[in-house]
Amino acid sequence: MLQINIFVAFSRSSILGYGGGPSTIPLVYKEVVETFKWMNEEEFGDVLAIGNTLPGPINTKLAGYIGYRVGGIIGMINALIATTVPTVLLMILLLGTLSTFKEIHWVKGMTKSIVPVVGVMLGILTWQFISSSRSGLKTHTVMIHIVIGVVCIQFLNIHPGIMIGLLLLFALIQPTKVKLPTEKGKSV
Amino acid sequence: MSVYWNLFISFLMSNLLGYGGGPATVPLIQNEVVGRYHWLTKQEFNEAFAMGNSLPGPIATKLAGYIGYKVGGVLGSFIAVFATVIPSLVLMIVLMGLLYKYRNSIRVKRMTAYVKPTIAVLLGLLTYHSFADSIAQIGIFQVVLIAGCTFLLIEKLKIHPAVIVFVALVYGAINL
Repeated sequence: MLQINIFVAFSRSSILGYGGGPSTIPLVYKEVVETFKWMNEEEFGDVLAIGNTLPGPINTKLAGYIGYRVGGIIGMINALIATTVPTVLLMILLLGTLSTFKEIHWVKGMTKSIVPVVGVMLGILTWQFISSSRSGLKTHTVMIHIVIGVVCIQFLNIHPGIMIGLLLLFALIQPTKVKLPTEKGKSV
Repeated sequence: MSVYWNLFISFLMSNLLGYGGGPATVPLIQNEVVGRYHWLTKQEFNEAFAMGNSLPGPIATKLAGYIGYKVGGVLGSFIAVFATVIPSLVLMIVLMGLLYKYRNSIRVKRMTAYVKPTIAVLLGLLTYHSFADSIAQIGIFQVVLIAGCTFLLIEKLKIHPAVIVFVALVYGAINL
């Protein structure tokens, strides 16, 4: 019964959530805290905050971790399957169908008309990342990061992984100038 | 053998470097899959992204599952999704105590903050290339028309992306 509930909770929140992982967080919250009461609000908040300190998709981290806490290793695997498998299958099915017919004239038209739509979606994502950068860094710092990023990646062809690796290293070793007023007597 | 290994490494690296949730990993995946290994053309990646955005659920695992399948069948699909979700999840489970202690640390919070502008640059470049390719394909008039309508429908009228993708496909089938 528990494993069925885990499957229901995570497949429901994954299938009802549109717009990528982060937008499904409120739905996961609803299942985990309100419907099945596996965690209280504060625990969920902590798990979310900790998940955000690690890279990669947030949704599967939440599902896997909560599944593990509630139902052990089986619960973890179950929650991950519920989150990923249904939508991956749909993807393979739909795109497989599209590519089977891609030599037909009107299907070619379809593949052309989708590119500007993708452009707009990517543009909106770009803007979301710029505006959320501004909550962590000053606006002019963000601008400097962006200019350096464009030069290095577009013109110098530096692999983005190297850039990000260096930035992460810098974030860890740079001295912390500002001490937080509360509770942070010894930070790191 | 080697294709599975390359799939594993590509998706592992994209997800270990993608700070900021699933969407942050999209340009990194594109870089590996299109730029480095040529598993998909730019056009195919765009189609996968559009389809992924019109289906529910996390975008990173949908891309991984589909691309893995295309490159290496069912096993490829499994390996790509595995590389996407397991490493950071295992880190989370194993390091929970440690991470809990440092969840408010300035250094830890800075990691995400420092990476985000670079992710924005990668996404911005992808945006630029998509529009440039599209203008070469169907001309500036069609691009402005489709992109303008898409923007209005998403941002102002909050129409579901699946509806927009469907309408665009119908328009393309009839008109292009």
